[in-house]
Amino acid sequence: MSTFITEEPTLVTDAAESTRLSSLDTLESEAIHIIREVVAEFEKPALLFSGGKDSVVMLHLATKAFWPGKVPFPVLHVDTGHNFPEVIDFRDRTVERLGLKLVVGSVQEFIDRGELAERADGTRNPLQTVPLLDAIQSNKFDAVFGGGRRDEDKARAKERILSLRDEFGQWDPRNQRPELWNLYNGRHTVGQHVRAFPISNWTELDVWRYIERENIELPGLYYAHDREVFARDGMWRAVGEVSQPLPHEEVITKTVRYRTVGDMSCTGAVESAAATVRDVVIEVAASTITERGATRADDRISEAAMEDRKKDGYF
Amino acid sequence: MTTDIDTARAAALLDEAPLASASLFRFATAGSVDDGKSTLVGRLLHDSKAILADQLDAVARTSADRGFGGAAGGIDLALLTDGLRAEREQGITIDVAYRYFATDRRSFILADCPGHVQYTKNTVTGASTADAVVVLIDARKGVLEQTRRHLSVLQLLRVAHVIVAVNKIDLVDFSESVFREIEADVQKVGRELGLGSDGITDLLVVPVSALDGDNVVERSERTPWYTGPALLEVLETLPAADELESHLESFRFPVQLVIRPQGALAPDAVAGGLDVEEYRDYRAYAGQITEGSVKVGDKVSVLTPGQDPRTTTVTGIDFAGASLEEASAPQSVAIRLADEFDVARGDTIAAAGTVRESSADLYAQLCWLSPKPLREGAKVLVKHGTRTVQALVRSVNGKLDLATFNLEGASSLELNDIGHAQLRLAAPLPLENYLHHRRTGAFLVIDPLDGNTLAAGLVKDHPGDHEDERYSI
Repeated sequence: MSTFITEEPTLVTDAAESTRLSSLDTLESEAIHIIREVVAEFEKPALLFSGGKDSVVMLHLATKAFWPGKVPFPVLHVDTGHNFPEVIDFRDRTVERLGLKLVVGSVQEFIDRGELAERADGTRNPLQTVPLLDAIQSNKFDAVFGGGRRDEDKARAKERILSLRDEFGQWDPRNQRPELWNLYNGRHTVGQHVRAFPISNWTELDVWRYIERENIELPGLYYAHDREVFARDGMWRAVGEVSQPLPHEEVITKTVRYRTVGDMSCTGAVESAAATVRDVVIEVAASTITERGATRADDRISEAAMEDRKKDGYF
Repeated sequence: MTTDIDTARAAALLDEAPLASASLFRFATAGSVDDGKSTLVGRLLHDSKAILADQLDAVARTSADRGFGGAAGGIDLALLTDGLRAEREQGITIDVAYRYFATDRRSFILADCPGHVQYTKNTVTGASTADAVVVLIDARKGVLEQTRRHLSVLQLLRVAHVIVAVNKIDLVDFSESVFREIEADVQKVGRELGLGSDGITDLLVVPVSALDGDNVVERSERTPWYTGPALLEVLETLPAADELESHLESFRFPVQLVIRPQGALAPDAVAGGLDVEEYRDYRAYAGQITEGSVKVGDKVSVLTPGQDPRTTTVTGIDFAGASLEEASAPQSVAIRLADEFDVARGDTIAAAGTVRESSADLYAQLCWLSPKPLREGAKVLVKHGTRTVQALVRSVNGKLDLATFNLEGASSLELNDIGHAQLRLAAPLPLENYLHHRRTGAFLVIDPLDGNTLAAGLVKDHPGDHEDERYSI
């Protein structure tokens, strides 16, 4: 060990390691600290809640942060009008159970009023930005919690935990505030708001292990079920009102599950027999495909897809 | 279209290893231009199997498009960490990027800090939360001025473990003598700084080839003269900062907010059997323990700016319905106290009698992170713990020459400068020397006009108080 300049550092013994918090407990503690900081320092926060697993975990963390009190902020959902009905049902039951206020921004209403136009590819995910910013402004939300994680994407890997947005909701990746120690700077001027990402440091596997450990309920389509699907753009698409096969696309029944539950028209299912949370944890641990690349058509458009949408005020 | 299941790997992760109790280790990387840092990070991620198939496909396509590795081809691992479009176009790294990977011993958070643009800003940011920092040196170039700057910043920030990776060892034919010479130079710089010999930090040197993978994840046969562990082994086994600090008896708990539902109890908790009567007058102080540990029955002091410390007893430690007997850093909990003091956000609860008097005079080292320079007489905000107060910059007392470690005369600080300053606070704060208290000795300097973070601040002792000479630079 001649290469150790100093005396050889003490290496961790298994005993010393076991007295430390587990990585999940450390991540949970960090997320709760951030949620409490935002509630303490902002006038009017809200939590983006889609019924997707990351937002469900966020809401669970918020209930723990303020126990035995109620979660002290409303939840905000941008409804594309193309959501899975069972996810909307899950959203409404969750809000009811926790006694929360739900604010909905509707893509359909913007389209009906002619303020948004349907895209040629039928995908509505990119259309969420306008109703989102409208809901933030009309409700005067100054902080919006999201379940974004840095392991999802290369642009997200560079985003701060508290991410400042200008009057247009835009993110300026080249001019971000340095984030030091556990001191979060959420100061903003009138018209600006902050996106807060308390589970930034979690991986997909952490999220699933936490869901398992905390026994958190999710919409059923995260688990394996039989569904009528057809193949498009290298993904399995569900047959539904907004997602109809073309004449040459054959409809078959497969055992599938979803890894994200976004817009029905662009979210693909993966073939999977993982019917329980334990099955999913093992599947995720073993999976060699990241979730966004595998199942979101809108992220495949270009290598910089996420960066462009974030600059425009997307989640 | 289907997920590719490697059940053996899943079993290794979930069953053979105690993943449920695996701990978290945060480290940062710092380096100069072209020393192969992105390649090293890519290599760590790739060889620890944190790179997933679709990411690797995208990188392989881009590598081929750009003709990386000539006719033989190959994968440019540096592409794995270039996140923003401008970075890919210009082939540089702009901002700190966070990466995640796990082995069967630990989960890692890697803060990848670019070296050439705003290196102090990036290194300070990455190092402020790091248990360890890996500094890269090009084996062909040895210790450069920038290396000295990096090591100097890491010593100031009191990073527990500094690991110097001597990269591109393949390009010096795996020469032991080249390595030993660099190692001796690093050792000399470490001694000048007090790095590795101050009982707080340690310093290791590892020869690696990020390009070929030597001594990154596996020990290399091409460096038989090196008998130490590979880089990843080092990262898997070094104690994390909170383990090293666990001997500290000094419980510190900045109060974030008061939990006082007054009847507005969570409906799901009530549905789950919470006794509504019992919780009618519930009052607890929520926060994250920044240091030490606390037990029910402990005597604590409540520190409120402008008031004498008030002593009381901890009657309960709650976390989401569970009553804990004891809690320690970095747990987030809610603490109940015996006396009904008026305690609010910004107050600190600390082990009784362990915090010296609060002070409105702040002597500090400032790492200046803004293009807007610091001038004497400036009005700023200081965020310390959970309290933000106004402050006046009374004087700038010089700046550090990071290459020579000398303090030079200066009356202003500019971007990437590290200097000494004296500030007068609008309200006294329970300030502690950063050297001994990495959380309660740290603060932010914020611009009151636009809210931007101007500086990272490290509290120093007042002149005249006993202070170790090494830190009075």
